[in-house]
Amino acid sequence: MLQVIDLFFDYGSTRILEGIGARIEGGRVLSVVGPNGAGKTTLLKCIVRILKLARGSILIEDRDATCISRRELAKYLGYVPQNMPAKIPMTVFEMVLTGRKPYLSWRPSEQDLWITANILHEMDIQDLAMRDVEQLSGGQAQKVLLARALAQEPRYLLLDEPTSNLDLRHQLEVLDMIATLVKNKGIGAMMAMHDLNLAARFSDTILMLKEGKVFSIGTPSEVITPKNIREVYGVEVAVRRDNGYPHIQALHCVIDHSDSD
Amino acid sequence: MNANSEILCDSYKKQNWIKKLFLYFVILLLIVAMAVGISIGASGLGPWDVLSSLIKDTGRNHSIVWMLRLPRVIMAAIVGFGLGLAGAVFQAILRNPLASPFTLGIGSGAGFGAVTVILFFGGGFQTYLIASGAFLFSLISAFLILVVAKMKRASSETMILTGIAQMFLFSSLTSLFQYMGTMEQIQEVVFWFFGSLSKAGWREIGLASAMVLIPFPMLLRHAWDFNLLSAGDESALALGVDVSRLRMSSVVAASLMTAGCICFTGVIGFVGLVSPHITRMVIGSDHRFLLPTSGLVGAVVVVAADILGRTLWAPHVIPIGIVTSFIGVPFFFYLLVKRSKEYW
Repeated sequence: MLQVIDLFFDYGSTRILEGIGARIEGGRVLSVVGPNGAGKTTLLKCIVRILKLARGSILIEDRDATCISRRELAKYLGYVPQNMPAKIPMTVFEMVLTGRKPYLSWRPSEQDLWITANILHEMDIQDLAMRDVEQLSGGQAQKVLLARALAQEPRYLLLDEPTSNLDLRHQLEVLDMIATLVKNKGIGAMMAMHDLNLAARFSDTILMLKEGKVFSIGTPSEVITPKNIREVYGVEVAVRRDNGYPHIQALHCVIDHSDSD
Repeated sequence: MNANSEILCDSYKKQNWIKKLFLYFVILLLIVAMAVGISIGASGLGPWDVLSSLIKDTGRNHSIVWMLRLPRVIMAAIVGFGLGLAGAVFQAILRNPLASPFTLGIGSGAGFGAVTVILFFGGGFQTYLIASGAFLFSLISAFLILVVAKMKRASSETMILTGIAQMFLFSSLTSLFQYMGTMEQIQEVVFWFFGSLSKAGWREIGLASAMVLIPFPMLLRHAWDFNLLSAGDESALALGVDVSRLRMSSVVAASLMTAGCICFTGVIGFVGLVSPHITRMVIGSDHRFLLPTSGLVGAVVVVAADILGRTLWAPHVIPIGIVTSFIGVPFFFYLLVKRSKEYW
């Protein structure tokens, strides 16, 4: 279990995150939702130590994460950034192989190559293996980034808006893939999500942030309510239930809401 | 599925094998270029005379080969290797195709150091004094980049901007000193900026190769970190690389390399910029192969440029810095236009 306890983060003198608490469990998906600027991405980056937290602690299997070296941490946490950075001069195979970095010294072993190849197969992107990363479409790139994180053989996956640049089909494909991985490998996943309906459908728990604080946490049905969304997003919505998942339909903005942006 | 995975692993290994093959090819090329470089010169010694003088003491020929030609060619190779390698390192850690020891102002720093010595400490033929000045100031300029980077979290943009700014600073200071100098001093400064291999002796070679070869293993050890860095700082951090420390230590190593090379030879521009590009176009940018190959390509370029500089207009010797740029730039344009994919 990965626990986030009373986490604070400041950017300069601006407080971005304030007293966040959350837990990611193996085999389960936690989605972080909230309007732009609520601190979703920042929270993920604090956990993988791209950003240094101001206060609070992160426990991984009851070990204090700050005592774990960066390299060791990369064996626990796989991070999937939102975008493929432009112009990476690598093939897909090389890119996914870099996920083995926490394990290898200088020369990748047969096992490293083997794990890389198997992941490409599992995700059905083996045909892309020798292609240059920069030639990939958005959906393919997202899968390659996910594949790289899986090559780390992590216990937890942290995904920053994994569906943000994808068309409808690829959104479902990628989320299905994540759901399957979580179920089959017992990985714990934390996703920053914009789309509340997808979040509701693919998550066990939803953490709703407002201005850097936890506004609500619980099952999708508990969190995705007209009242919460009005307060956090400043939008009036209707929530239906759809195959057991809450499904929202945006109606209109709430006029005269101080927090709308 | 297993059979397919094996196919994937094999094609990756095959690619690496091709990269290694290119590395060997460049080594071979370097040996050939060096052999040609030793075999030509003003005294008209042919390859056979050179070969026999290398082995046994043949009086005058022996000293020409051992005191003039061999040091010159070896120095050319070392300087080319150091600059090619340093360029590849700067481009990797700054993730920028324009980065090179010279665009970062380290070359201008060295130039300023040399000018200062020539003007205020007599200059003349005191090679070591000028070299020390150049060395000191190239390290000062590297240090400046580090200080600014340290204050602003070592982002690549900050470092590049600092480099460019100080390049202008040192250039204007150099111009100022030239303006103040006498005709003889100005002439010496101009010659220093042309770059020259003729002052290289065995002691200089020893010092320069120490500066190049000592940081080399450390840089090579970080080859994977450089690979990760090309996918961005955040990805590299998340995969366990201490990015700012890597950046700092690599700048120090690559600057030492650059300083060690150019302090004895003057400004040999362009090699540090093009060698990594040429190499990347052929073998891609796995730094395990890119770093050594880029160094070797740089060595070939400088040795070959020196050969041209000594033969094109013989018996005059065209300074090495002029030839490298003169030959290198058109060749580089050609590659830029011809390459199939854009890596930057």
